[in-house]
Amino acid sequence: MQKIEELKIQSSADVVLVRQAVRQFAIEVGFGLVDQTKIVTAASELARNTLDYGGGGIVKLETLQEGGRRGLRLTFEDQGPGIADIDMALRDGFTTGGGLGMGLGGAKRLANEFEIESVVGEGTRIIIVRWK
Amino acid sequence: MERIPILQMGEFLLVTIQVDMHDRLAMTLQDDLTNRISQTNANGVLIDISALEIVDSFIGRILGNIAKMSRVMDAETVVVGMQPAVAITLVELGLSLTGIRTALNVEKGMALLRASISESAQAQAIATEWDLEDDAED
Repeated sequence: MQKIEELKIQSSADVVLVRQAVRQFAIEVGFGLVDQTKIVTAASELARNTLDYGGGGIVKLETLQEGGRRGLRLTFEDQGPGIADIDMALRDGFTTGGGLGMGLGGAKRLANEFEIESVVGEGTRIIIVRWK
Repeated sequence: MERIPILQMGEFLLVTIQVDMHDRLAMTLQDDLTNRISQTNANGVLIDISALEIVDSFIGRILGNIAKMSRVMDAETVVVGMQPAVAITLVELGLSLTGIRTALNVEKGMALLRASISESAQAQAIATEWDLEDDAED
C-alpha cells in the first residue's frame, strides 16, 4: 500500500523532522542502512536548500511500488526566487549562499533519479527517487 | 537554550554528539568550543560522532571549521567514531573532510591527540634549545 506524507520546511528544526520522516519511510520500504543513510542525507541537503534559498516550502514523501521493486520518492517545492542557471547550481563548489556548494550535486549523486524544474521568480521543484 | 555539552578531561575537551543536530545547534557548538578552548587552554579536542546517523555538507563544514579554529588556537581536533554508512555516504556526497583528523574510536583518538601534542612539545623544546645556543654564541 502506498504511503504519502507532506511536511512543511520553515525552520532548521523542520529540516531535522524531514530527516526523521524520510528515515521512517526508508525503513518501511525496506532499505538497508547504507541506502537509508544516502536518502536521508540527500533529503537533508535538499530540505536545507528549500529553507535557505527557497525561503521555505514543502516536501512530499511517497513510497513507490513498480513491478517487483520498491522505492521512495521525495518532492521538494518552494515558491522562492528560482534558480537562474541550473547547470551552474549543480556544479560542485558553486554556491550563492555561505555553503560548500555540495548540496545539490551531492543530492543528485545520492539518488537514483533526479529531476529539477525551476522558474525564476516562481520557485523550484526537485524530485529524487531511490530504489531498493 | 539547547546546547551540546563539552566535557574537560585534563588538557583535552571531549564532545559527544548524541542528538540529531539542527543547524543552529551545530553553530552554537562551534562557538562554544572556540570559547572553551580559550578559557581552558585545552590543547586537544575530541569529537565523538558515533551516534550521528548522517553527516551532510553542513555538519561537514562545521566539523571542518572547528578543526581550523582550534588549530589557530593551538589545539588539535580529532573526530572519532564515524559509522561506516555515514562514511560511504560522505564520499558519494563529495565531501572528503580535508583537514580533519579522524580515528576509529575514542581510545584511538585520545592516543592520536597525545602523540601529536608530545610531538609538537618536542618540536618546541628543540626550537628553544636552538634559541639558547644562539644566545650563548652572542
